[in-house]
Amino acid sequence: MALPGTRGDAAPPAIELRGISKAFGPVQANRDISLVVPPGTIHGIVGENGAGKSTLMSILYGFYRPDAGQILVGGRDAGITDSQSAIRAGIGMVFQHFKLVPNFTVVENVILGAEDGALLAPSVSRARKELRRLAAEYQLEVNPDAVVETLSVGHQQRVEILKALYRQADILILDEPTGVLTPAEADHLFRILKGLRERGKTVILITHKLREIMEITDNVSVMRRGEMVATVPTRETSPEALAELMVGRKVLLRVDKAQAAPGAPVLELAGVRMVDRAGVERLRGIDLAVRGGEILGIAGVSGNGQTQLLDILGGYPEAGAQVSGTARLAGRPLPLDGTDARARRQAGVGNIPEDRQAEGLVMDFSAWENTVLGRHRDAGGALMDHDAIRREAAAKMERFDVRPRDPELAAKNFSGGNQQKIVVAREIESRPVLLLVGQPTRGVDIGAIEFIHRRLIELRDAGAAILLVSVELDEIMALSDRIAVMFDGRIMGERLSGETSAAELGLLMAGASPSGIPPEQGQPDTPDHEPSKGVI
Amino acid sequence: MTRLPRWADLVLVPLISLALAFAISALVILSIGQNPVEALKVMVTGALGSSYGWGYTLYYATNFIFTGLAVAVAAHAGLFNIGAEGQASLGGLGVALVALALPWPHWGVALPVAMVGAALFGAMWAFIPAILQAKRGSHIVITTIMFNFLAAALLNWLLVNVLRPPGSMDPASARFPESTQLPRLTDMAAAVGIEWGKSTPANISFLIALAACVLVWLLIWRTPLGYEIRAFGRSERAALYAGIRPARIIVIAMMISGGLAGLMAINNVMGEAGRLLLNSAEGAGFIGIAVALMGRNHPVGIVLAALLFGFLYQGGAELALWTSIPRELIVVIQALVILFTGALDNMVRMPLGRLFGAR
Repeated sequence: MALPGTRGDAAPPAIELRGISKAFGPVQANRDISLVVPPGTIHGIVGENGAGKSTLMSILYGFYRPDAGQILVGGRDAGITDSQSAIRAGIGMVFQHFKLVPNFTVVENVILGAEDGALLAPSVSRARKELRRLAAEYQLEVNPDAVVETLSVGHQQRVEILKALYRQADILILDEPTGVLTPAEADHLFRILKGLRERGKTVILITHKLREIMEITDNVSVMRRGEMVATVPTRETSPEALAELMVGRKVLLRVDKAQAAPGAPVLELAGVRMVDRAGVERLRGIDLAVRGGEILGIAGVSGNGQTQLLDILGGYPEAGAQVSGTARLAGRPLPLDGTDARARRQAGVGNIPEDRQAEGLVMDFSAWENTVLGRHRDAGGALMDHDAIRREAAAKMERFDVRPRDPELAAKNFSGGNQQKIVVAREIESRPVLLLVGQPTRGVDIGAIEFIHRRLIELRDAGAAILLVSVELDEIMALSDRIAVMFDGRIMGERLSGETSAAELGLLMAGASPSGIPPEQGQPDTPDHEPSKGVI
Repeated sequence: MTRLPRWADLVLVPLISLALAFAISALVILSIGQNPVEALKVMVTGALGSSYGWGYTLYYATNFIFTGLAVAVAAHAGLFNIGAEGQASLGGLGVALVALALPWPHWGVALPVAMVGAALFGAMWAFIPAILQAKRGSHIVITTIMFNFLAAALLNWLLVNVLRPPGSMDPASARFPESTQLPRLTDMAAAVGIEWGKSTPANISFLIALAACVLVWLLIWRTPLGYEIRAFGRSERAALYAGIRPARIIVIAMMISGGLAGLMAINNVMGEAGRLLLNSAEGAGFIGIAVALMGRNHPVGIVLAALLFGFLYQGGAELALWTSIPRELIVVIQALVILFTGALDNMVRMPLGRLFGAR
């Protein structure tokens, strides 16, 4: 295979997989997969959720034994049977969810499991020296004595990379590494990865963000339904071509939508403030209005109060929080303090929560039980009508193309995209007046993203008001009719989506107030403003 | 980790665990110079070989069904109720107060009221730890353990100073009126012309325990409240999202749990002793934890596990009676069963999972 490598093609591939197959019961997660990764390259692996990427990487890292096939590292059979032997073969893995001990220091985390000798002190001082060297060599600056829980997410990720390098990894696997990073942190990560490549390390990057693939990888492999459908040099392909390979059909990466026809205001917020239990002011006076038939997108780096706003509107502010300000739903006052998510639903507020696995679904419940979560008392009566719920769940799964179409399967056994479809189906089909949407496509594959976006637009066109919170600026810009930018608990400004740019929004997201006006004075006193104006 | 087929999860794992527990018990019996085969024979004939043995086995099983259900209901809400022992003792107090309050004309009248008394006292004893957990975050495990001791102390004081009939030397209540004597299973069998289980304490409470199983099943898997209890037990944040109030679920689930534990008293206090004795629950509250664990918090599993422990209790008593195996060894066997079926569950499950995964 003529894949570009920075070294001569004579060198054996860093990793070669031959005919790897793995089945879980009746599910063939990997089918006869062969892959060649040249040394000193960054190799992207893309595929929808459930395509078998994670299984393949788990096999490579020794978590699973393949049913058939061979793994060669540097041209030799690596004999990988568990993660210890994978580490010995020079493979390091950075998981999506970090495996760090939060109250240990960086150096303690790095040597965890690699201590030499019964006494800790010599290991620690040796590791500290080695960390300084690695940090200098790969721009991985982290204070070795900082406690991990005090570090930002981006720095914690660097600790994970350092852990792998400290164990002398030559091949680094990163699973969705940018999912938790801000754009700036992601840029820094890419610089680190390029530095690793320059020094001859091999990087395997698993992601669903095609832009990242195009930006940083040398070669890209596409997986679909457990099979490796293509491996191509990145510069010879395009995001559209990759998306088509992943899904197996043409995909619209853009959202097609008609001009919005906003009606009467459905949600009006004025001066909403929230102080959490620790006394930190999370919301510092939010004024917003969302009209029927429009999507208001809230852009912002995560952690600037979006979650708190959604929780308050959903009727479950965090325990001990103090909420003030006024809200009206379809003209009627909406009490913001106190917790009553049920009353909120009865008033016509649908809610697609930010964290579907922790909030939107009970992971151990079957799919059909989850289709009535929060609406389980709506049918009335002393006993729940399981047959009716099952039937309705099967119909919902059909309409929302949830796969596999098995209402009895536990929510945890669906892929991320299909879990989200269950939540979306439940909330959209309850015909809400106002739909709260948090990170609707986080960790969701391309095919499902397109589907979920289309359903949201349909709901908008049916006259519902939609409040969309997302850290993906692309998504905000594609879906929203108006965009409000949140920073540090404030709305920094509002723009019509057709009249703004990513650069302008990015500036607002970083806290730069428009035309130098302090944000509080830049806000109107009443939320009852004209939404068609660009800047308010 | 490969998932086990359902039948293996529900049948194979407990059976293998049980076999392991008995194998090690056999080794222990061997090591004190006794014959394990003989011992097993004595236990099986003693507990299951006659209607007399069955009568006792069912009597013990009745206690364990109630306490097992109690632990299971709390477990579905993610709460570990270790206080079934104390709640069952208070249930006994409720039964005694009802039975001694009026000259009851017939057991059929006394029983429903006694059940209300038993459940109410048990529920109230669970209410305090529940409200402390819900409002103050005091851990339910700690508080329910403490309430076991409080219950023991309270009953000690009441039986010695308040309920003891004048002139009696025994820390026990007065005898309940004859009319409150519950029908024994023997009498009920005789009524349909079958001679069964002569002079055993098994009584109508066994049937009530089975009915409670059906009701608990309905509650947990068929009612909206059960849905909320399970949703809260599996994911507190999802429950909050769904508009389920944690404090309400904690209090309701614990009161149902305490009520079920309290109901045990209609079997041991009203059905058997006919008066309230000191330490009436005799550890059944703790056995309930093992029963719920082994029965996977499902009523069918709980009935089976309760029968197993009923067998161990009755078989153990027979063993102590007919062999020179000391009574303490019975406790060892029971402990091994709890250890293997409850605590060491994964020891069987994981190799089995690998076995199924390898196919």
